[in-house]
Amino acid sequence: MQFDWPILSVLIWLPILGGLVTLALGERAIVLGRWIALITTAATFGLSILLYTNFDATTAQMQFVEEAAWIPAFSALYSLGVDGIAMPLIILTTFVTPLVIIAAWTVIEKKPAQYYAAFLILEGLMVGVFASLDALLFYVFWEAMLIPMFIIIGVWGGPRRVYATMKFFLYTFLGSVLMLVSLIYLYLQTCDAGQCSYSIADFQRLPIGLNEQILIFLSFLLAFAVKVPMWPVHTWLPDAHVEAPTGGSVILAAIMLKMGGYGFLRFSLPITPDASAQLDWLVISLSLIAIVYIGYVALVQQDMKKLIAYSSVAHMGFVTLGSFLAFELLRVNGDVRGAAMGIDGAMVQMISHGLVSGAMFFCVGVLYDRVHSREIGAYGGVVNTMPIFAAFAVLFAMANSGLPATSGFVGEFLVIIASFRADFWYAFLAAITLILGAAYTLWLVKRVIFGAVANENVAALKDVNGREFFVLGVLALAVMLLGVWPVPLLDVMRPTVENLVQHITISKL
Amino acid sequence: MESMITNLGMHAVAAEIFLTCAICVILLVDVFLNDRLRWVTYALSLASLAGCAWMTLRYGVDERFLAFDGMFVGDAMGDLLKLFSYGTVAVTFIYSREYLQRRGLFKGEYFILGLVALLGIMVMVSAGNLLTVYLGVELLSLSLYAMIAFDRDSSIAAESAMKYFVLGAISSGMLLYGFSIVYGIAGTLQIDELALALREVGVSHLGLVFALVFIISGIAFKFGAVPFHMWVPDVYHGAPTPVTLFIGAAPKISSFVLAIRVLAEGLDSLVANWQDMLIVISVLSMALGNIVAIAQTNLKRMLAYSTISHVGFILLGILAGTTDGYQAAMYYTFAYVIMSVGSFGMILLLAREGFEADRIEDFRGLNRKSPWFAAMMLMFMFSTAGVPPFIGFWAKLEVIAAVLNVGLAWLAAAAVVFSVIGAFYYLRVVKVMYFDEPTDAVAIEAGGTLRTVLSVNGLAVLALGIAPSILIELCARALP
Repeated sequence: MQFDWPILSVLIWLPILGGLVTLALGERAIVLGRWIALITTAATFGLSILLYTNFDATTAQMQFVEEAAWIPAFSALYSLGVDGIAMPLIILTTFVTPLVIIAAWTVIEKKPAQYYAAFLILEGLMVGVFASLDALLFYVFWEAMLIPMFIIIGVWGGPRRVYATMKFFLYTFLGSVLMLVSLIYLYLQTCDAGQCSYSIADFQRLPIGLNEQILIFLSFLLAFAVKVPMWPVHTWLPDAHVEAPTGGSVILAAIMLKMGGYGFLRFSLPITPDASAQLDWLVISLSLIAIVYIGYVALVQQDMKKLIAYSSVAHMGFVTLGSFLAFELLRVNGDVRGAAMGIDGAMVQMISHGLVSGAMFFCVGVLYDRVHSREIGAYGGVVNTMPIFAAFAVLFAMANSGLPATSGFVGEFLVIIASFRADFWYAFLAAITLILGAAYTLWLVKRVIFGAVANENVAALKDVNGREFFVLGVLALAVMLLGVWPVPLLDVMRPTVENLVQHITISKL
Repeated sequence: MESMITNLGMHAVAAEIFLTCAICVILLVDVFLNDRLRWVTYALSLASLAGCAWMTLRYGVDERFLAFDGMFVGDAMGDLLKLFSYGTVAVTFIYSREYLQRRGLFKGEYFILGLVALLGIMVMVSAGNLLTVYLGVELLSLSLYAMIAFDRDSSIAAESAMKYFVLGAISSGMLLYGFSIVYGIAGTLQIDELALALREVGVSHLGLVFALVFIISGIAFKFGAVPFHMWVPDVYHGAPTPVTLFIGAAPKISSFVLAIRVLAEGLDSLVANWQDMLIVISVLSMALGNIVAIAQTNLKRMLAYSTISHVGFILLGILAGTTDGYQAAMYYTFAYVIMSVGSFGMILLLAREGFEADRIEDFRGLNRKSPWFAAMMLMFMFSTAGVPPFIGFWAKLEVIAAVLNVGLAWLAAAAVVFSVIGAFYYLRVVKVMYFDEPTDAVAIEAGGTLRTVLSVNGLAVLALGIAPSILIELCARALP
């Protein structure tokens, strides 16, 4: 269904506007600014629900399409639209951001207005990334997003924040600039084909030679692999996560990492299918290394945030694995259903990881606000003083290790089944995560939550307040709902995923 | 009388004649003013810029038009560049006023020399003959030499003026030498005739390549491109900040037009030759500018190296040798000037008695003192680094598209990688403003005009980045 008002533009610009208002009100009117921030993000979430309720789940077409001239000289359009892949990610974005605002309610002492404004502007830009149908517009949002995040980590971060934020910015910037060269190249190719366009859909239809495809694929790979992040370009993530304030970590883990996965599905697979088929071994091996090796790395971490960061890298390995299994499956036995299942799994994993990792960072934030330490060794026996918190933490830990009835299970399970259809050893290696994930997460829980009260800091802990309870409760609900009943999510994605699989079976040579 | 004016093309040079008269008047008036009335010179200078703008708009041409037997060219590109130069010089004057007043440098010379330099730029912009080009180059350069040294008590300024003068004289000589060889071979200095004559001579003529080397060296020097960049950091650092601001802005337009008039219009048949030379210069400029800038602690010096790297990007557009490329280079020049004026404007904004604000650490904690201007500087820095949604991003996009379009993919890749290296030092400025605590609690002293114009400048960087087609269309129309 189409609205007669531009819903996607509203979803992008409303938070940005709210952010600017908060910024303009300044630090002195922070009480008002805080409420404006909350109301804006809540309204944005409310509106994004309309996307879901009015979404036509029988077609792979772009919906809620908006189009306006933007830069006629480059035939670049301000064109927005969503399909079954983008829509869930937009809702994830609008869902998590208000929680971040609530979680920061009284916690942020330094320049709170700027803090809220940064997150609001960031939200608008992130929605823009998922909603853009024009490659140039996409790139603008994609890069612009780095600016608020750079500020968030740098201003409100931990002691090594400057190092972390510089590394974050330069890493991601370096990753994406070569993608820009590829996008311009594709644009020039469309000009040669007669109709200049930056439209992603036109890029997807454009025939490209294999050598060019491989170069374009590699530049995309660099951009998205840094974002996901895949081994070995993941090293910025632990630093950024550890130093970022709670809200920054949550957004980074819940949404920004998803942009890498989204990029693979939107750009790499459909624009360079032949190169993807040729080089899928590369992505699959990197994903398996991430799943297994980074799982071991997570096991030895002493810092809670670092542990969750590494576990994110391992979990995101499933996303890339699921996406690129498709080629192996199609090549070996033309298994279209298996290919779709892999991509389905990747998508579910993205949403689920967004909720679970976000929730785990919130949990760490709750502890950090009280004790001001992220070291695992500084805790022990938290359950004795914070029973409600402990219940939530255990639930999210279970979800993180992929326990059935939580969202973590669905995505991993789908990807593992799909990899069984491709190759036993893929499945074998991927399934190791079920053990490793459980090992590092449950061990973390054991050391932090259970046992005797370790020190007077822990003894003095107060359980979660209403605000924290709300944030964790909402997330817990979402995690369990998606775990027992993922059908609504799978349904909206199905036509888009099937269409994508159809698309990549056709060679562009 | 009327017919004589049309024949000679007097109306085409209306703005130049007006400016020359205005300079003479201001020079005379200034002699009779005491220091308290010096604002009259300032006001007259701004008024004459407005007059020039009116003249150019009133007598602007739609079609290419030759005046004075072809010595002078009026075209749409020239008009646009002139109008942009007036604006730039006006903003420069506005930014500089308070700084000059506070340091007892608020004298007529700054404004008069600035206007003469502008006249030089205008002559270059409209040059139809290599001699006119040279005339413009010298008019501009001589005013700049004097301008750098106009703070007579500063030894460092005198030193950099001297350095600039000696090197500048050599480069002018090289340029002239190149022109003379071209004249010897082609038998004309008229740019459009030259283009025709060279087609007959053929591109493989060794003498032409020889001449080209000298001409390219001269142009590269005026741009401040590697390996002719030595003067840039010293002059930027040594000159009083208002002069640095001036040098960093309008003369870049003239360097661009020098390259367009001489290379693209006059020597276009030698494009394969000068393309190769410019590739080397461009890559070296981007590499050296961006890498050396990292090591700088002085903001003016850092911006000098950043200029060198931006010149490399402007040259990318020119070396593509296509109309798209020239448009891209023009757009880049405009974008660069807007950003550069803003960045130096920020230094002038923070400067006060006994405090130059020209070290990076002087911006420490600016977000605490003035969130608004910290945001402005943030936009200037991210824009200069080429991050969307600011104007600098589109400039980079255009030149990269231009070189990709002529099949130089490796050059495009190198350019973007260098821009990432460059991002580091711009980020460092943002870092000190936002992540560090202020070292003092002194509020910004600058007055309302400076604040307003600088804010408009900053918002323009954002607005032209969100709606880039305004400026892109202008460039496309000026350089069809």
